[in-house]
Amino acid sequence: MAAVEKIFNDTITDRETQDKTLKWVGTRAPRPDGVDKVTGRAKFGADTYLPNMLYGKVLRSPHAHARIRSIDMSRALALPGVKAGVTRDDFPDYPAGAVQPAGEMVINYRDMTRNIMAREKALYEGHAVAAVAAVNERVARQALSLIEVDYEVLPHVIDVEEAMKPGAPLVREDLITEGVEPAPEEPSNIAKRVEFGHGDLDLGFSKADVIIERSFKTQPVHQGYIEPHACLASFSEDGQAELWCSTQGHYVARGHCAKLLQMDVSKLRVTCSEIGGGFGGKTVVYLEPLALALSRKACQPVKMVMTRDEVFRASGPTSGASMDVRIGATKDGRITAGEAVLKFQAGAFGGSPVPAAAQCAFAPYDLDNVKTIGFDVLCNRPKVAAYRAPGAPLGEYAVESVVDELAKTLEIDPLEFRLKNAAKEGSDSSYGPKFGPIGCVETLETAQNHDHYLSTLKPGQGRGVASGYWFNIGGQTSATLNLCEDGSVALVVGTPDIGGSRASLTMMAAESLGVELDKVRPLIGDTSALGYNMLTGGSRVTFAGGIAVHGAAEDMIKQLRERAAATWDVPIDDVEWHGGQAVAVNGYKDQEDPMGLLDIAKDMAKSGGPIVGRCSTNAQGAGPSFGCHIVDVDVDKETGKVSVARYTVIQDAGKAVHPSYVEGQYQGGAVQGIGWALNEEYIYDENGKVENAGFLDYRVPVCSDVPMIDTVIVEVPNPTHPYGVRGVGETPLVPPLAAISNAVENALDIRFTELPMSPPRVLAAIESVG
Amino acid sequence: MTREHITTTINGDPVEFLCDAEQTLLDVLRDELRLTGSKEGCASGDCGACSVTLDGRLVCACLVLAAEVEGHEVTTIEGMAVGDQLHPLQQKFLDHAALQCGVCTPGFLVAAKALLDRNSNPTETEVRFWLAGNLCRCTGYDKIVRAVLDTAAEMRG
Ligand code: FES
Ligand code: FES
Repeated sequence: MAAVEKIFNDTITDRETQDKTLKWVGTRAPRPDGVDKVTGRAKFGADTYLPNMLYGKVLRSPHAHARIRSIDMSRALALPGVKAGVTRDDFPDYPAGAVQPAGEMVINYRDMTRNIMAREKALYEGHAVAAVAAVNERVARQALSLIEVDYEVLPHVIDVEEAMKPGAPLVREDLITEGVEPAPEEPSNIAKRVEFGHGDLDLGFSKADVIIERSFKTQPVHQGYIEPHACLASFSEDGQAELWCSTQGHYVARGHCAKLLQMDVSKLRVTCSEIGGGFGGKTVVYLEPLALALSRKACQPVKMVMTRDEVFRASGPTSGASMDVRIGATKDGRITAGEAVLKFQAGAFGGSPVPAAAQCAFAPYDLDNVKTIGFDVLCNRPKVAAYRAPGAPLGEYAVESVVDELAKTLEIDPLEFRLKNAAKEGSDSSYGPKFGPIGCVETLETAQNHDHYLSTLKPGQGRGVASGYWFNIGGQTSATLNLCEDGSVALVVGTPDIGGSRASLTMMAAESLGVELDKVRPLIGDTSALGYNMLTGGSRVTFAGGIAVHGAAEDMIKQLRERAAATWDVPIDDVEWHGGQAVAVNGYKDQEDPMGLLDIAKDMAKSGGPIVGRCSTNAQGAGPSFGCHIVDVDVDKETGKVSVARYTVIQDAGKAVHPSYVEGQYQGGAVQGIGWALNEEYIYDENGKVENAGFLDYRVPVCSDVPMIDTVIVEVPNPTHPYGVRGVGETPLVPPLAAISNAVENALDIRFTELPMSPPRVLAAIESVG
Repeated sequence: MTREHITTTINGDPVEFLCDAEQTLLDVLRDELRLTGSKEGCASGDCGACSVTLDGRLVCACLVLAAEVEGHEVTTIEGMAVGDQLHPLQQKFLDHAALQCGVCTPGFLVAAKALLDRNSNPTETEVRFWLAGNLCRCTGYDKIVRAVLDTAAEMRG
């Protein structure tokens, strides 16, 4: 306790807020879960144990594509210590149309039931085929080796363009492309075609003085969270179940699991563990329904934890893409037309983020003529999961590379060129709606005047810039404030805290109530504690959660005023809430001593019972966030290694509730982008098997790979939020791919159109130009 | 399968446990002793989430067999704070917001303490190379490096 108070008092003195009316919002307050996380006390997915617990393990397909003729579990189940086994026969099938929107992705239960457990076919290497639960891990592993699966190995396809060719091996034999008129008669791997835009491309290109057209290719990557998927399920004989898991959304996980287990949603209580990173990859379920099904059979708790190898082979990942971009501009730097065709790997089931990529690709620009077309293409990889601004980094990589080349061709400064065409309030976005107040111009202007942009490059270095955009979302959110008898307040929210959101939500609650921050203690409730909460994703938690805690505070304040009014025997309209106190006003001004939370709390029982502030809402009006990144690189011409020498992230946060964690989002996104641009890629062998399913060979950036990441928080308030908040978590991953590619071009005079720009690729390019 | 009986010291306390020959120190710390502050991110020595010290030397607990710690001294994240006093590194990680999800944090703290124990005045480059065996996917490392440098400066006085 003493230590906690010390932390509190040491850091809270650092007040940065410019807005003097705000006491907590905008400060760098201590995070409520901080001490637990620096002492090892915080419990993540794999950190819980139950008496009588079993260990579950999954048998995974060794083939990229194979028909499953039969599965014989008998020898495995006969092994002493094995308590249960499940296969495709233990999960229901759902028809093709069973779809449901979920966050930034769409859930299709026909596909989900097949993704968690292969049915007719194993569709990728690592696809779950069976699972067992045993008294310990050793026995569980031994049991897996006794399961007999009869596979008929089929030809496979990984690359998106190969998968689109006529005659390609079909991942799903009856798939007819959606979004094409008239509907094709033949099945193909193309799940869907989408199109966005406005204006007349031919007219636009006819007005251009320069037209640049390029094709880009990127390799698939993984979200790379450090904590593997983990859960602990416990079914009891009466059909009730509890599930503890590392997830971005325990309500969403509950819904999926109940559907896959065919049980009432209310009978499944899900508690989210602390979550060791997700970046979109923990918005779906993998182990959870298997653990529940095993536990239901064994009537014992079942714990399941993925190995890193399983994380790489069977979870996430994101799409690799092939993209064609054409942009035309006049000599004086006005873009007249932009067109992009994006082809994304969806993995074994439809649902790649290509629609979002197509929507975001040209979003930083105010264009008269623009069109983006996207293709969602099946291949023999795991179904892709969301990854931080799903799809946007790829589309904007392609567009921002061509924009850069146009600026160079026209001899216009790349930021000036972007400013001449920048989207602003009132612009028709490239995908439909008109923009409200946005900070695209502000981020570009900040970049222009930033010391980094004005500094001189060292010899051999190159500099690149790029813009990025993400919509951000709102969605269903609930929060409760419980007034305790001593005047302190317990805040309950229902969104897993992935990067400090408990801090920002608590700060907004304290601000709205007008009380000391250390009087509000947050808790992330389980699924029985609150109304529905959509998942932590879409950069929505500080935005939508902020609306919910503010709403709960207003609800509580109304009750507090009522209690004070009753105590004083004055009309409610003559009681106001100021500075954390009920104050008599109007004709009763100065006639009553103000009543604080403690005064009201201690007499709660007498004045009407418990005081609970509640808000459940479907938050709308999320504010889009624009960013602009500046990067300097060095290229080692002997080895082809690109090093980042300096990096600056500039992004509109609307309002930074906790600037440290906003900066952290900017920095973390930039470094993930550095990895994506320079190193990360899945490598497949000729049999469609992953060759680099570990952190040694799938190399994410380490500490010595990167410099400090400078940040500038731009604040163009979002008018629909009580504190002006926009989401900030995803946009930081959008600009880096293009910014770094543009910097490499500037250093070498070689335009790369393929990612990652790993040393062998860069060296080959340097050698090919002599 | 017979189990081995191991006598060791963990965070200064005498500890005895039984383990299988194949079990790693990380498995035993977590699954037998319930010291779950050490995390498993990879089980192959590539992420540093399981960092502990063995007789003061920084090791990946996932690469040490449990039986190897017989007669040696193991220190884990659970041994870093003394009573209610956080170690200066723990305090600085909080002050600098050097964690987001926090799953890498125990490993970084143990590794950073091992650095400061032998070098009280590291350069930024030395910090970055020392911590290159610890992966963090959330922070981009900036605030972690600042927290370590700031702790070193404060501890030098
Ligand atoms: S778990 Fe030991 S280094 Fe990753
Ligand atoms: S804080 Fe999440 S991995 Fe480091």
